[in-house]
Amino acid sequence: MLRVEDTTEHAPVTFSAELIAKFDDVVSRYPQGKQKSALLPILHLVQAELGWVSPPAMDKVAEYLSIQPIEVYEVATFYTMYLLRPQGKFLFEVCRTGPCEIVGAGKIMDYIENKLGVKEGEVTPDGLFSWRGVECLAACGYGPVLQIGPEYTFYENLTEQSVDQLISDLKAKANN
Amino acid sequence: MGRKLLLEHINVPGINTLEVYRQKGGYRSVEKALKQMTPEEIVEEVKKSGLRGRGGAGFPTGMKWGFLAKPEGVARYLVCNGDESEPGTFKDRYLMTYIPHALIEGMIVGSFALGAHVSYIYLRGEMMPQIRILEKAIAEAKAAGFLGKNILGTGYDLELYVQPGGGAYICGEETALLESLEGKRGNPRIKPPFPAIAGLYGCPTVVNNVESIAAVVPIINDGGEEYAKIGVGRSTGTKLISAGGNLKKPGVYEIELGLTCEEFVYSDEYCGGIANGKTLKAVVAGGSSVPILPNNLFFKTANGEARLMSYESLSDGGFATGTMLGSGGFIAYDEDQCIVRNTWNFTRFYHHESCGQCSPCREGTGWMEKVLHRLEHGHGKMSDIDLLVDVSKKIEGNTICPLGDAAAWPVASAIRHFRDEFEWHVTHPSEATTRNFGLAHYADPLPKKEETAA
Repeated sequence: MLRVEDTTEHAPVTFSAELIAKFDDVVSRYPQGKQKSALLPILHLVQAELGWVSPPAMDKVAEYLSIQPIEVYEVATFYTMYLLRPQGKFLFEVCRTGPCEIVGAGKIMDYIENKLGVKEGEVTPDGLFSWRGVECLAACGYGPVLQIGPEYTFYENLTEQSVDQLISDLKAKANN
Repeated sequence: MGRKLLLEHINVPGINTLEVYRQKGGYRSVEKALKQMTPEEIVEEVKKSGLRGRGGAGFPTGMKWGFLAKPEGVARYLVCNGDESEPGTFKDRYLMTYIPHALIEGMIVGSFALGAHVSYIYLRGEMMPQIRILEKAIAEAKAAGFLGKNILGTGYDLELYVQPGGGAYICGEETALLESLEGKRGNPRIKPPFPAIAGLYGCPTVVNNVESIAAVVPIINDGGEEYAKIGVGRSTGTKLISAGGNLKKPGVYEIELGLTCEEFVYSDEYCGGIANGKTLKAVVAGGSSVPILPNNLFFKTANGEARLMSYESLSDGGFATGTMLGSGGFIAYDEDQCIVRNTWNFTRFYHHESCGQCSPCREGTGWMEKVLHRLEHGHGKMSDIDLLVDVSKKIEGNTICPLGDAAAWPVASAIRHFRDEFEWHVTHPSEATTRNFGLAHYADPLPKKEETAA
């Protein structure tokens, strides 16, 4: 089992029938015997459900796809979108690459850090928010931008005011 | 006004739906291709058009299609590359968001021409909204009989699926994309064999950029020769340019290849000049991997000719005084931007995105990032500048895939054109992070339309 720092969450997981049905739908897109192709989409589905991909969840995925657990671990650790530890309910992923940087991404990240009061990768005490800098999100003309999973909604042309608004909107949404 | 082939109807309300798209002449190319043309004729038409891959390398699409092996009894695949992650590039996202059917239409024609019965559109995982948009559009097309079994009664079957990636720049490289599509880490494969012989699941495969596939639609509708009339020389047709950075009007523009660079930056039809009345300092013309050019070399070639937005003109002068059209990710830097900081930022990106397979790239990008970091923060030495050039030369050409080259070129070109700015960071360590080097002499001769930008 993969070692995950800073967390004791190794709780066993069970996938709901609805989730398994979604897995089946993905697998049906590939030729017979090539079900491993479904790995990336399935990990996205798992993450949308659980908020991250925990080691027990990865083991379950391996079992479902009839592949070795290591084949899942190596993929989950290679691709940066998969979260290997729990995050806030809303994870702000702020683009920090060139074109966003020159229109003020650095300042926005500093502002988010101060506003939320947590460092990159940490979660706010209420469990609602965390943030991290990510590389280019292909929205270079609308920078600075951030995205929030699992639907990866984009928030473009960020300003301090729009970040304030976004945070208060999300707080209200979480409390309802 | 330049001709628009892809974005002609972009402002029509509801163009993202099949109904409106059909009213505007959508899916004509599918009917024409499947009912009146043979696969060979379609490939021939694309060859005649001179269409070159819009993802960055600029390889002729028709020729790529022509290379596809066709062994008996083996499946063939068309895979659309929508991994768009090159800093500066956001044209495919735009196209798929607003006119998803253009891509689907092109995929049907392309799949028919190549003899594929299952095709995949691979998008970067962050494009979840675009994946939903495409899936909805595919369902519409299927309901209207353009996908599925016996399309339009011609006996041709095609299934189209959208595959999300996991957020890795390297998967824009075609063999890494295929690895990823097979559910593995995105490590590029050693070539040969090329995907045309052994691609997805070991079967013959063609991988094309989103924009290249969408461009097949007007080529089939109007004919390859008609398409080839647009543009200049071997740069035929139109190209989507995604413009970002310190511009008045950043966004996605469709240009006829051969437009002058000056018109693209300063005309109100396109970028509208530099934001906040500032002066242009430097330009990255085709995505972060292409060499950065100072203002003066961007508008005029070393021979003093006006530079055009075309494959040939942008690369005029080689890497000494030219650059590349690349993927069309245009980034403008105004006088307040620091080239050293920008180069460090890009190198951090390449270090982050290196798949780790080849040592020169995995280690070299990390070293370049560290050295650039210390230069930017005023801890650098004069010898660091040559050290960077040395490291970049040792990466370039020594890796399986072009990510190594892509990491090396921005560093080498920034030092080639802005060496005094790097030296200034060494000689003025206390000011390196608080003040910018400024324009120096990069921006002469100043473009005349500068006053209107204020």
